[in-house]
This record gives sequence, C-alpha cells and structure tokens, in this order.
Amino acid sequence: MRVIVDRERCVAAGSCVITSPAVFDQNDEDGKVVLLIGTPDEKLREEVLESVNVCPVAALSVAD
Amino acid sequence: MSDLVDTCPHAQPRPFPLERTGCPLDPAPEYAVLRETEPVSRVKLKFNGREAWLLTRYEDVRQMLVDPRFSSNMADPGYPLQFAFPMELLGKVKPALLHMDPPEHTAHRMMLMPELSVKRVEAMRPRTQEIVDECIDAMLSHGGPVDLVSMLSMPVPSIGMCELVGVPQESADLFHRWVTLLVTQGSAEEHASANAEVEMLLHQLIADRQKNPGDDLISSLLKRNATENELEPADISALVRAMIAAGHESTVNGISVGALVLLQHPEQADWLRAHPELSGQAVDELSRYSSISDHGTVRVALEDVEIGGRLIRAGEGVICSLSASNHDPAVFKDPNTLDLTRREARHNVAFGFGRHQCAGQMLVRMQLEVVFTTLLRRIPGLRLDAALDELPFKANALIDGLHELPVTW
Repeated sequence: MRVIVDRERCVAAGSCVITSPAVFDQNDEDGKVVLLIGTPDEKLREEVLESVNVCPVAALSVAD
Repeated sequence: MSDLVDTCPHAQPRPFPLERTGCPLDPAPEYAVLRETEPVSRVKLKFNGREAWLLTRYEDVRQMLVDPRFSSNMADPGYPLQFAFPMELLGKVKPALLHMDPPEHTAHRMMLMPELSVKRVEAMRPRTQEIVDECIDAMLSHGGPVDLVSMLSMPVPSIGMCELVGVPQESADLFHRWVTLLVTQGSAEEHASANAEVEMLLHQLIADRQKNPGDDLISSLLKRNATENELEPADISALVRAMIAAGHESTVNGISVGALVLLQHPEQADWLRAHPELSGQAVDELSRYSSISDHGTVRVALEDVEIGGRLIRAGEGVICSLSASNHDPAVFKDPNTLDLTRREARHNVAFGFGRHQCAGQMLVRMQLEVVFTTLLRRIPGLRLDAALDELPFKANALIDGLHELPVTW
C-alpha cells in the first residue's frame, strides 16, 4: 500500500493525525499533512483508509 | 386548502426548520422520511421566506461540501441566511472566515490552522485538565444541586479561549462578559456596547503584541503574517473574533448537551468511566448523536450542479442537515442508538466537511474529552435534578443547547 498526500489541497484539519498517528503528522509551520510512512504495513491499512475517508478535502489517497 | 395541496403535499416547499417532536434534542422525525423518499427537497425558511434545497443524505452532503461550485458568500441573494444580519452592512464589512470563498478563505484559514493542530492542542490538554478540575472543585464545594451550564459548560471554553488568545488578567472579566452575552439573551444595547469594548480590546492587544510578542495566539498570528504578509491588522482582529464567536457557543452547548445525553444513558456513561482512554471515540459518537449544529451549514450554487439526482441551478441556496446525515442508516447502523463503542463514529459530519470544516475541531474534541471523563470520574453519582421536559432548551437556535442544566449527586 502506497499513501499519496496532496499538500496543495490540505487544510490542516488534523483528522488523519488522530485517525492514523503512525502514518500522518502535521508540519509545525503550516499545519499541513506530513507523511511519516509512505508505504505503511498492511496492518495499518484499515486506519489509513479511514483517514482517506475522513479527510474533509480529499487530500489523501492510496495506491494498490 | 386546495385539492392539489391535499393530494400532493410535497409540491409546496416545507417550512424550515422542520418541526421537532418528543425530546427537544431529537432530530425532526421528518428527516428520516425525507432521506428515504426525497433526499434533495425544497424548503422555505421560516426566518425570511427564502426558498432553498435541503440535503438529508450523508453522501449528498459530503459531495456538496467538497464541490468548489458552491459558495459561502452570505451577500449572495440566494444564500439561505438563517439569522438576523444588518443587510445594509453586507458588502461594507469584511466577511468572517465562515463566509469567505477561496482564495481569500484559504489565506485566512491557513493563517490560523497551525495554532490549532493536533500537537498544539495536545500541549493545551494539561492546562485544560486544571481548568476542568477547578470548575468541578467549585461544584463539589458548593454541593448539589448546581447549574452545570454556568459552573462547567461556560467557564471551561471561556477561560480556555481567554488564555489561548492571550487576553490579560485585567481584561478577563470583559472578555467573559462578552462571550457570555454571545450565548445569552442580552439586550441589543448590551451586545453593541460589549462588541465595541471587545473590538477595542482586540485592537489594543494586537498593537501591544506587535511591540511585545508573547506566547499566545495573537503573537503567533502576527509573527506568521510578518513573514507571509497576507493579512492586515483588521483581518487578524476579524479572524480572532470569528474564532471566538464560532467556537464559544458551540463548545458551551456541546458540553451541556453531551452531559445531558450521558445522564440519560447511564450504561454508556459507565462504559466511558471505565474506558477514559477511549474518550476520543466517545466524543465522536456524542457529537454524531447530538449533532447540535444541524442546519447552519449552507451554500449557494455558483453553477448548475446535479446532487442526488436533482439539478440545483446557479443562484439557488442549499442547506445541509448535519443531523440527518449523521443519522443516515447507510453509514451509521441503528443510527438513533447512542453507542460509544461505535467503530464508524469518526465518520460523522457534526463539525461539517470540506474546506470550511470547523477550524477548532481538535480543540473542542480535546476539551470535551477532558470534561466528560473528569466529570464522570469525580462525580460518579451525578444525576439530573429536573424532569427532562422541564429543562430550558434553547428554542429556535442555530445550535442546540440549554440555558440551564440542574444536576445533583
């Protein structure tokens, strides 16, 4: 699983950080998403997909 | 009544907000019918007679709120305005964050967001715990019965906001009076004079922090703006006022209503008392279940757009029912049941969706987590000290709440 973040779209809501804290963080300067793990372990798939779902501006996606 | 109306009652737009029955906090029963039979329907606002579309399905609401072809511009004649606003000021005063569109909205919002990140909010948790403990100390030393609204729901967000913004101690009384007026029925004169005083206070604070920066939100906004140089001092003041105005009443009501819901579901309260580490999930579900800000999320179409199989034409207004969305059985199984262990609770849209989703969401969540877990732990025998139907609910308000919540133990 590969995670793709679109920093242009990101509005720093923080939903991904509370949903999947091992994978997502926020930049201190602008609050936007920081990807901690680009290819997370399979066991994180469910929470990563949940982060994709709850992102209010569709800034996250997953490939394969 | 004509035959047409009798035989086809939905040809006429429904008066909105819809009538509620039973407990004043339960969603209007007609939402469930509309969601099934007419998920994109016509309504006529009781406030001003304007017509608009009402969305009641979760997926339709999310789709509309991420679509850039819908605007938040309240000056647009099709905008479903639901509160009194001096119309002569439209176009003269700067719009609040809530009523901006990109790119202006993006510039203003992103100035604020780093201050409300998950990390920054977590850093505020220990101080929030102290504030909540102090409020509960006062409740315990007073002894029951007490009014939970004035002793807990109002002071927690008020003190928290004061400290976040950096209002000095000597101005704290004025600040608390102003935020209290926001949630109570003060006279027009009281509102005008408190507004003018707070305007002056923020003006002075901004001027002071430009010279003597501190460890507070206004100083951080000024520092960030100095490098990015997007906003004027008046914009900073408007941003802070918008944050306070939008954040205070909803948090006060969120605490009052959430506490009432827990008191009505003692087995759920027991579960949360036993699982304080899962308070985030519990707050998600309480937010979903109560959906206190049901129909304040509105837009106006800039182009013709199809939503849920209906054509919404450019210039037409749209109202999202966040309560109906949060009770959509397509997403939330058995939606009228409060279940703090609900897995999908995070998917709720109680804080809105899209680029205008509540900027203070993480802060409010943290405050609610601390308030509910501490209240249940420290006053395990807490109970309502009035009949449910005697409670003073805020009638016809944009955000559901209570004027008072008598409790004892």
